[in-house]
Amino acid sequence: MKCERCSKTVTHHITDIDKNGQWQEHHLCHDHAQAFLEESADEKPKKDVAELAKAFISQSAKTTASESSADKKICPVCSMTFQEFRNSGRLGCPNDYVIFREELMPLLENIHEDTRHCGKTPHRAPRDAQTQTSLIQLRNDLKRAVAMEDYELAAKVRDKIKDLEAKKS
Amino acid sequence: MTIDELTRSPGEWLKGSGPESDIVICSRIRLARNLADFPFISKASRSDKSDIVSQIRDALHESDSPLSYFDVEKLSDLDRQFLVERHLISRELKEGEGPRGVAFNADESASVMVNEEDHLRIQVMRSGLALTEAWEQIDELDNRFEEHLDYAFSQELGYLSACPTNVGTGIRVGVMLHLPALGQTEQLDKFFRALQKIYLSVRGLHGEGTQPYGDFYQISNQQTLGKSEQELIKNLTDVIPQLIEYERKARQTLLSEKRQVLHDQVSRAYGVLKTAHTISSEETMLLLSSVRMGINLGLIDDLDIAQVNELFINTQPAHLQKIHGQTLAVDERNVLRATYLRKKFQEFRGE
Repeated sequence: MKCERCSKTVTHHITDIDKNGQWQEHHLCHDHAQAFLEESADEKPKKDVAELAKAFISQSAKTTASESSADKKICPVCSMTFQEFRNSGRLGCPNDYVIFREELMPLLENIHEDTRHCGKTPHRAPRDAQTQTSLIQLRNDLKRAVAMEDYELAAKVRDKIKDLEAKKS
Repeated sequence: MTIDELTRSPGEWLKGSGPESDIVICSRIRLARNLADFPFISKASRSDKSDIVSQIRDALHESDSPLSYFDVEKLSDLDRQFLVERHLISRELKEGEGPRGVAFNADESASVMVNEEDHLRIQVMRSGLALTEAWEQIDELDNRFEEHLDYAFSQELGYLSACPTNVGTGIRVGVMLHLPALGQTEQLDKFFRALQKIYLSVRGLHGEGTQPYGDFYQISNQQTLGKSEQELIKNLTDVIPQLIEYERKARQTLLSEKRQVLHDQVSRAYGVLKTAHTISSEETMLLLSSVRMGINLGLIDDLDIAQVNELFINTQPAHLQKIHGQTLAVDERNVLRATYLRKKFQEFRGE
């Protein structure tokens, strides 16, 4: 996702609430998020800033204790950390939705005002999450085994991948 | 089909037909889809990306799809820019890295970007206000691919996308509007703020991250989770007719109150396009925007919308260079653009 003011990647999702309770979403890069916060501070009386610009910044640069522990969460399938996601705005694999669930749910609620899918579903029943991501993990294992020159392990992993792919088709 | 063959005529969505086509240039729907067995693009290795490409190419082949595939990694910069100008690929895909591509059909109504932000970005574009037809076409295409591909999907969160802003339906429903009269009334900001309150976003001609230019705007949904595709489409089809009505009223008001000023503006724009000897693509677009409104208001009667649309697309930098057959510097392009316009207007007049 790109910043709404330039072509950089979004790092900040800001919900700006005005005094009438109306709110607006802003998806901005780091620089424009800073500029936005300065602008909104400028246009409103200084003493009301705290109340008026009750900005919910899901990806603020400052982190509280609980946020920094969330930052260290890492997906075992794609090795994406939550901090990496906060910086790039992009997830690493389908399993991230499971691993970072606790952190993502408020974000989804904020963006979509909803946290449950309603609409089209694939005609074929999706496989369980475990099977869905096992191929991703096995391919990573294979890469690691080859890098470590453990060819015995690599051959085993390769067989497992072949088995899974054969089952699919 | 080759890229060079595309220069012969604009895509289906630019033919200037379909409901409300005096104001609605085109309707567009895209679906974001990912394969369950691969990491998303940010964590995909080169070999993952090339496996994704081959799985999707196999699916295109097995589903007897009429879409031809182009390897964007191997295309020249000029061809990539040419596809961006035709709305067949995004700037992100153009500037991306590694194995990636695009497949589209002969009339360019349907396309699939591979390895953009998501593994698949399926797109359907139709001329005029035709979101229901666009949905039927893209739904069918998506069903056909799905018979051969395992999509990343969860019962709770729907189609899983690389960015949480697309999760759920993965759908972006949009219309491209030409609002030159509202643009002159200063009411547009008010409308756009109202649209944002109902979670519709307003963007420029090339979507995300682009500024509106020449009174062309894209209006699309922001939410993708918690509402069905039909609800999201309805959200747009409920509000667009109102916007069309406002634009029509604004045009009539301009005609009755400022007819001479308006006629003068339109005629000058037409005059410059017909006689200039050097002209930038930005100026061309602004002037064509005026001429387009002039045709719709009956102030210009020797040109039609399809012809203006052809000029819109062919005067863009990469199109001009493809038609000319070589890459050119900016000032050379500006001269060539003016020459091209003069020649086309002569052709249109049958000279």
